[in-house]
Amino acid sequence: MPEPTEITEPAVAAAVDAALAAIAAADDSAALKQVRAEHTGEKSPLARLNALLRSVPNEQKAALGKLVGSARGRVNQAFAAREAEITAAEAEARLAAEAVDVTALPSRYTAGARHPLTLLQDRVTEIFTGMGWEIAEGPEVESEWFNFDALNFDPDHPARAMQDTFFIDPPEQHLVLRTHTSPVQVRSMLEREVPIYVLAPGRVYRTDEFDATHLPVFMQFEGLAVDRGLTMAHLKGTLDHFVKAVFGEEAKIRLRPSYFPFTEPSAELDFWHPTFKGGARWIEWGGCGMIHPNVLRSAGIDPEVYSGFAFGMGVERGLMLRNDVSDMRDMAEGDIRFSQQFGMVV
Amino acid sequence: MRVPLSWLAEYVELVPGTTPEDVHAALVKVGLEEEEVHGFELQGPIVVGEVLEFVEEPQSNGKTIRWCQVRVAPEGETAADGGDAVHGIVCGARNFFAGDKVVVTLPGSVLPGPFPIAARKTYGHVSDGMIASARELGLGEDHDGILRLAELGIDAPVGSDAIELLGLNDAAVEINVTPDRGYAFSIRGVAREYAHATGAAFRDPVALSAPADASGEAFPVVIADDAPIRGRVGSSVFATRIVRGVDPSRPTPPWMVARLKLAGIRSLSLLIDITNYVMLEFGQPMHGYDLDTLVGGITVRRAREGETIETLDGKQRTLHVEDLLITDEAGPIGIAGVMGGARTEMSDATRNVLIEAANFDTVSIARAARRHKLPSEASRRFERGVDPEIAAAAASRVAQLMVDLAGGTADPVGGLIDETPAREAIALPDGYVSGLIGVEYTDAEIREALAEIGARVDEAEGGLAVTPPSWRPDLTGKAELAEEVARLVGYHRIPSVLPVAPPGRGLTRAQRLRKRTADVLAAGGGTEVLAFPFVAERDNAVFGSADGEPVASVRVANALDASRPFLRRSLLPGLIEIARRNLSRGLVDLELFELGLVFLPEAGRAYGTAVLPAAAARPSDAELAALIDGIPPQPRHVAVLFTGDVVEKQPGQPAVPAGLADALDAVRRIALATGGEIEVVQGRHQAMHPGRTAELRVGGVRIGYAGELHPTIAEEADLPRVVAVAELDLDALIVATDRTVEASPLGTHPAATQDLSLVVPIETPAAEVGAAVREGAGELLEALHLVDDYRGQGVAEGSKSLTFALRFRAADRTLTAAEASEAKLAGARLAAERFGAAIRD
Repeated sequence: MPEPTEITEPAVAAAVDAALAAIAAADDSAALKQVRAEHTGEKSPLARLNALLRSVPNEQKAALGKLVGSARGRVNQAFAAREAEITAAEAEARLAAEAVDVTALPSRYTAGARHPLTLLQDRVTEIFTGMGWEIAEGPEVESEWFNFDALNFDPDHPARAMQDTFFIDPPEQHLVLRTHTSPVQVRSMLEREVPIYVLAPGRVYRTDEFDATHLPVFMQFEGLAVDRGLTMAHLKGTLDHFVKAVFGEEAKIRLRPSYFPFTEPSAELDFWHPTFKGGARWIEWGGCGMIHPNVLRSAGIDPEVYSGFAFGMGVERGLMLRNDVSDMRDMAEGDIRFSQQFGMVV
Repeated sequence: MRVPLSWLAEYVELVPGTTPEDVHAALVKVGLEEEEVHGFELQGPIVVGEVLEFVEEPQSNGKTIRWCQVRVAPEGETAADGGDAVHGIVCGARNFFAGDKVVVTLPGSVLPGPFPIAARKTYGHVSDGMIASARELGLGEDHDGILRLAELGIDAPVGSDAIELLGLNDAAVEINVTPDRGYAFSIRGVAREYAHATGAAFRDPVALSAPADASGEAFPVVIADDAPIRGRVGSSVFATRIVRGVDPSRPTPPWMVARLKLAGIRSLSLLIDITNYVMLEFGQPMHGYDLDTLVGGITVRRAREGETIETLDGKQRTLHVEDLLITDEAGPIGIAGVMGGARTEMSDATRNVLIEAANFDTVSIARAARRHKLPSEASRRFERGVDPEIAAAAASRVAQLMVDLAGGTADPVGGLIDETPAREAIALPDGYVSGLIGVEYTDAEIREALAEIGARVDEAEGGLAVTPPSWRPDLTGKAELAEEVARLVGYHRIPSVLPVAPPGRGLTRAQRLRKRTADVLAAGGGTEVLAFPFVAERDNAVFGSADGEPVASVRVANALDASRPFLRRSLLPGLIEIARRNLSRGLVDLELFELGLVFLPEAGRAYGTAVLPAAAARPSDAELAALIDGIPPQPRHVAVLFTGDVVEKQPGQPAVPAGLADALDAVRRIALATGGEIEVVQGRHQAMHPGRTAELRVGGVRIGYAGELHPTIAEEADLPRVVAVAELDLDALIVATDRTVEASPLGTHPAATQDLSLVVPIETPAAEVGAAVREGAGELLEALHLVDDYRGQGVAEGSKSLTFALRFRAADRTLTAAEASEAKLAGARLAAERFGAAIRD
């Protein structure tokens, strides 16, 4: 481009046209920077034309100044617009380049799992604490007195043998691995003031061989209520509420006469659900009854004033019924695939 | 108890067409739980045949078979299988004669097995059916030859149905009898219960058997129990009866064999079968003696030290002084209620029989049966309680059957000692039953239910006086009576009423924190497991003791697995076993955790109590304290185990192998979950890598360990070389960390960050250096963490350079760089003082 010597409209227009063309042609920020230097820098035609303003006669200064100023303004505007376009395009291109396959990102987190038996136990616990009950616990190595005698098991009665007990050596010292959670009943009654509403979940032991339907170590929960005027209807109401909470509103219960030394009357608890594997039917789930007066007496509670009910259920069986577990060994072997099916929710 | 339906029908009305399932459904309503249904599992046509003639044909295999012509239908008629009236049948047995009536299983029939019968070619003939033995029919063990009806004393027309003739069309329902219902171990008891369930009419077999004239003494009997157990005399009732001139070789009639078989009792010989039959029918265990082998009269007494008896199973048994015996003048002739003696048992040579129907105390019998490991049909009934009022009737029933079936003659006079105390009435106050059950029963309902079970109901002040029937020793109080009313009226009448508990406090703090610990460990990647607590002695020696000092263990007296009779002192052996099981199933990346009790008896201390307080009364405070004190400590531990990779190899992500750092992170998660502060210091544990073990402390007290398993132990357990574990006493942690957080104000002035590198001797724990810096730098130091541990060029041998990143902040102003530096140097000075730390530039 020839060196301008005079501010003329054609010269200004030529400089502007050249600048606008160059701006339009720039397609990335580096090119645009180059164009900016060439068309607005100190040595650019517009800069030089601007410099000539100093030497124009005063009467022409305003008009020519306006001419050059508006030309520079147009060019700068075009720069800004083009710059915004290029920045946006470049940002977009950069983001596009950063795209990842969200299905193939590495996971640094390992999924863990609670054991479904303890989850179900927690669930049962929540239902009862929600009703105002408290949770009681006791030792697993227990005195025979708590496990049997206080529960009205006569030392020579066959019911005592029916429990398949693990005895602690030496047997003359009368310690056993508790065969049920019922000793916690007695402990609770000895330790607490009436009215008592407690649930005792925990591990229990029987000398059953380990197979698909028996475990020598399993979990039970035991409910106990002692108050004035409690009846078998209250027992039934509690169990009704409980099975509906665990299994849904369609679940039903039925009590059937049975025998346990520590309850009188005693009942087996059957429950019914429409979606059992194998069809809707009654399934036995536990034992229950009104606390035997002798058990209340063992705990220093007057059976003429107070009455109570108790119930006990196996957590394993609950899980089998509720979640279609067909082999009990899966619950005991610790194969991580078993618990991981459940994660944190049973 | 197995109850043949034909037998049940003798004493309670069974509507025709009643199925075993119907009977089960009725009995379950009154509390007799259903088990199985038993039958003979055979199918006709099985008919009575007559052997017309046969030819004996010796075979090349040395056997001789008989080729028989057997008439299986009356002349001119078609046989039950559609074939000719005379069938040709090959028979291997040779115990029969032409003209004998036999049982023929025709083609199309099925014998138990199942063993279908078809015409088949054998020994050169087409054998068109089979002549059956008793065993083939499922009627007994006798396979010496085929069954000859004449031997059974029965006759029936040719072609008639042998299934019905032999009682093989009967079925038995099996029910589970709870320990309180001894009387339901009898047809009599079950028939009564069936009547309760259905309202059908009941006929008491006892009432149908007239006791003998007891005015004299049939046989001399003395009860002389000089050492009653728990104050209970061993025998209160002893009835005798004599039957003379029996023929013991007569066959037991097939209906009796079939019923015994269905009830689960094998037919042995007529005389024994009769005693068993009456036991099943009445629930009264019976014994028959060969009268001619008895020496003098009978005395019922306790055994003497060192006395022995040969029981009728042929075993010589040494008796215990608590054993109640039946003796004659030559010594013991039976362990009362458990098993008779060999010397006086009935045999093929017996002509005269002394029948015993006695009542023995439940405790005596239960103990003797357990002591001699002889749970018999008799002991099972006695230990639950036998009706004391039926002995004489039962003896008469046996005598009558021996007369009818064995051709004997009964002495008219029977003996009876009956010292049963009169049953006392139970007071049943008005309103009690309704108040316990929650159903408003009418007076009539209560009276009728009690009368129906056989109780005598009298008016009394404020209620009823109820005398339970003799066969219900379990009815000892008003609660038991309430159950009888509830179950006879039906449990379905009980309404459902939800009781309102007083306001509760939810979980206790410990319960809440334990649950949260499990949740946090699982959320952090752990999989919860529940190991059995049974371990070998070595497991406790290695994992239950850090320094190898011997430890005591709780031992199970009757362990299922003899190699693991002890209870765990540590959760780690269980986790290790579970890890190995997972590895064997190809699951190699493991993060396991368990919360569970461990059993920590102190060495040299005896646990338990030799004596237990009496039941049905609150023990004294001292007795209770002794019971509780006698229970070994059982704290709840939590343990974790890591092996394999904690992060798998993935695109752009190398695998991160599990190590001690992960176990320590798990410990930190436990601390977070419980609100505790766990201090980690270098430690030693014999089961762990000597240089990679941390001791875990709370408030300066050790609560556990974290470490890599000692490589030798990992190898022995077939685990990979690196297995990181941690175990701590969760109960102790929770107790020690009960605190309420006091929140600090958050400074909002700008922070100043600086790094500090300190050179210290290699063995100096970084945590202690950091603690010194923190202490020295004072309150301007807001946070500190270790960013580098460098050893090598530029750092002297035996030293390491620890770099800490420090963040300073003042609560009230913007810190200058100079102030921050000054605080940093103060920290470095204290580290220098304590550990000789030098600042590395």
